[in-house]
Amino acid sequence: MFSADLLANAVVAGILLGGFYAAVAIGLAIVFGQLDIVNIAHPAFIIVGAYIAYILNSRFGFDPVLVGLLAAPAFFVVGALIYRVYFLAFERTGQESLSGLAFFFGVMFIIEVVLILIYGVDYRLVQADYIGQTWRIGFVDFPLRMLVPFAVATALTAAIYTFMSRTFMGRAIQAVAQDRLALQLMGADPVRIKQWAFGLGIATAAIAGSLLIVIGPVEPSVGRLYIGRAFAIVVLGGMGSIKGMFIAALILGIVESMVSTFAGPSWSPAVAFGLLALTLALRPAGLFGRR
Amino acid sequence: MKSAAFWGALVAIFASGLALTAVLENEYYYNALYLILQATLMAVAWNVLGGFTGYVNFGSAAFFALGAYTTVALNKALGLPLPLLILAGGAVGGLVGFGLGYLTLRLKGVYFAIATLAMAIVIETFISNWSYVGGARGSYMLTPEKHLWFDSYIQMLFMVMLLLTLVAVAISRMLSSSRLGRGLAAIRDDEVAAESAGVPTLRLKLVSTTVMGAMMGVAGAPFPYFVTFVDPVSAFNLFIAVNAIAMPMIGGTGHWIGPVIGALLVGTTQEIVKVTVSSELNVLIVGVMLVVFITLAPQGIIGLLQKRWKRKP
Amino acid sequence: MSAPLLQVRGLTKRFGGFVALDGIQVHVGPGERLGLIGPNGSGKTTLINCISGALFNDEGSIQFDGQDITRMPPHRRARLGVARSFQIPRPFRSMTVLENLRVPLEYAARSRAGQRRVIDEAMELLESIGLRHCAQQNSAGLTQVDMRKLELARALAAKPRLLVSDEAMAGLSSAEVDEILEILLALNRRGVAVIMIEHIMRAVMRFSQRIVVLDAGHKIAEGTPDEIVNNPDVERAYLGE
Repeated sequence: MFSADLLANAVVAGILLGGFYAAVAIGLAIVFGQLDIVNIAHPAFIIVGAYIAYILNSRFGFDPVLVGLLAAPAFFVVGALIYRVYFLAFERTGQESLSGLAFFFGVMFIIEVVLILIYGVDYRLVQADYIGQTWRIGFVDFPLRMLVPFAVATALTAAIYTFMSRTFMGRAIQAVAQDRLALQLMGADPVRIKQWAFGLGIATAAIAGSLLIVIGPVEPSVGRLYIGRAFAIVVLGGMGSIKGMFIAALILGIVESMVSTFAGPSWSPAVAFGLLALTLALRPAGLFGRR
Repeated sequence: MKSAAFWGALVAIFASGLALTAVLENEYYYNALYLILQATLMAVAWNVLGGFTGYVNFGSAAFFALGAYTTVALNKALGLPLPLLILAGGAVGGLVGFGLGYLTLRLKGVYFAIATLAMAIVIETFISNWSYVGGARGSYMLTPEKHLWFDSYIQMLFMVMLLLTLVAVAISRMLSSSRLGRGLAAIRDDEVAAESAGVPTLRLKLVSTTVMGAMMGVAGAPFPYFVTFVDPVSAFNLFIAVNAIAMPMIGGTGHWIGPVIGALLVGTTQEIVKVTVSSELNVLIVGVMLVVFITLAPQGIIGLLQKRWKRKP
Repeated sequence: MSAPLLQVRGLTKRFGGFVALDGIQVHVGPGERLGLIGPNGSGKTTLINCISGALFNDEGSIQFDGQDITRMPPHRRARLGVARSFQIPRPFRSMTVLENLRVPLEYAARSRAGQRRVIDEAMELLESIGLRHCAQQNSAGLTQVDMRKLELARALAAKPRLLVSDEAMAGLSSAEVDEILEILLALNRRGVAVIMIEHIMRAVMRFSQRIVVLDAGHKIAEGTPDEIVNNPDVERAYLGE
């Protein structure tokens, strides 16, 4: 049962999957990890991204990943708008905890229902040249439908990491969560910065969505499976750390892949929650947490 | 609301229900009323935790489904009568509520909320794989043969749900005006300050999750008889979970009557839309109402009314 | 000398790599008035967070009335008789002033309360502290000084044997400072030990029988007000080298 090539394939599949999970979680790493906004609707936006990729791919034959990148700016604007509403309704009055959570829950629900109303519950998929192909190195398989998302996700993570540490806006975003007053004294507007950050988070959802539908077929309720994964990754990685998030995503991918290979795929969703529970119990600050 | 007036109102409502069953025959109305009452019971239950302590439960459907599937399992195994099934559903719901609270209430509110999502998924997975109760394929329930003196079993189910809902409202009101309720309000306002004031916050929160779980289990127990076919998709429906959150938040979480108002308003709207427009659109409406109300009127309808009353001299 | 009511030994508290308190040793006798002073960031609030249970210390022990309370949750310490007011008032915002007092009366004071009705007690307490006129007012809409008084009233409602007052007078006028001081002195006359954390020196000097000085997590001096005023280490801590 326990053969070397089975193990190697499981690990490699896990790494590729983990890279994709980083794309799923990075938006939340910014919005929840650094701004403390509990956007449980984030996976729902990813599904919207997936559907947009599906529409443009099936209508015009565009490459899905390209669609994701092109859609990102539009998602950025939507994200900024949603933050504006969230800020005016909740943050300003200090109601974040209960009402803010319920707000995003409602948004998540609306997105899912609208998608069902328009597209029904059938699975949708995209066509692209690389989706069916697989590269082989020795006895290890690298399916391109996993490898391409892995590459894009890694590039996305690297880009955002650089943005966070090298640009003014990126550092301002890191600062706004830690010391809002100091930021104001330096002349920056915390609300505008948070708006930028939230927009950025939603923009990553466009890309993650296109990667998602490359990996496999999508239907409206699939997003809910990713809520646990996304939060588990952000918490395990440590709130506020992009680097930690990426490593945590890889860990989750590998563990899920091993569990799926050796215990059965129906247990995969439980892995994320298990990891989350372990992290909160043993090391709540996560691997690279700032608090 | 003074005690005498409250209990008088409860009795009057129950009596009206009885009177209704004597004069109205069209089964559609009892169907609709049952669903509205079920939603009210779920909303009242949700508010025991969410409104009283501020902890958000996203997995209400799981407690509901536990009650439903307890009925399916016990009915198959022992053929128990409905009252016992209801008690059993409540017991299972309460136990799971206690367990959930014990494991997660030490964490911050947001992690508790995520844990409720996790719990819902885990429980749904288990039940979908449990062939004894039909697994993913579902399970059929025979409609009850005995329906007391009522014309049909749906009338009996309606009265059962009415009774359960009235009891739940009474419990909720009792909780909110008791020493326990004041402790819970302190927790909701400021948990740290409450601890310093001697409130055993963990213990009280556990009471809340247990009561909430039990009430939701009770709400789900008669469900198999109502729908006659139960499967995980219908029992664990996200719609139930959203309603359970939306109705108290729309009505107002700060007062025990808030979820009742919210449930009656939203539930009735839903039934009307289901019949006049479409049943898919009906589902969308509660989500939109939730978001709109939370954003514009975070204290709910009760909050709006309180503001109006304060302005009058 | 009678056994101390509160005995803190070797208390150390770290936040990650930062040592907020290092081996603190403090005691308070029954009915004693202790002043706790030190520059900002010296660890005063952290110390009382550890004493009240809001934080758990990493090393050391805390004994109250002979009992080891080191690992006890805050609500149990409150029931034993340790009460604290918060530096930034934390009223129960959905409740009136009166209702705010009911909570500690019904919970913390329960084990030692008399048979009198809780509301009467609450009103008496409000009367003694000068808040009776706003008993039915929502606690979120109070003035600064009234909020401070409510904060103290809530701690008093817990019927403590040790009260920790955390900068209850910050930002108040001279007359208001005297008001608060009178309340604390009256409480002490009834046998309650008080730890007062303040930056307003005349209040600390007038109030305290003994003063403990913290600086950067260490206890650097302890003695009567006169001894402290003349202590060169204390001067250095406040004014720098």
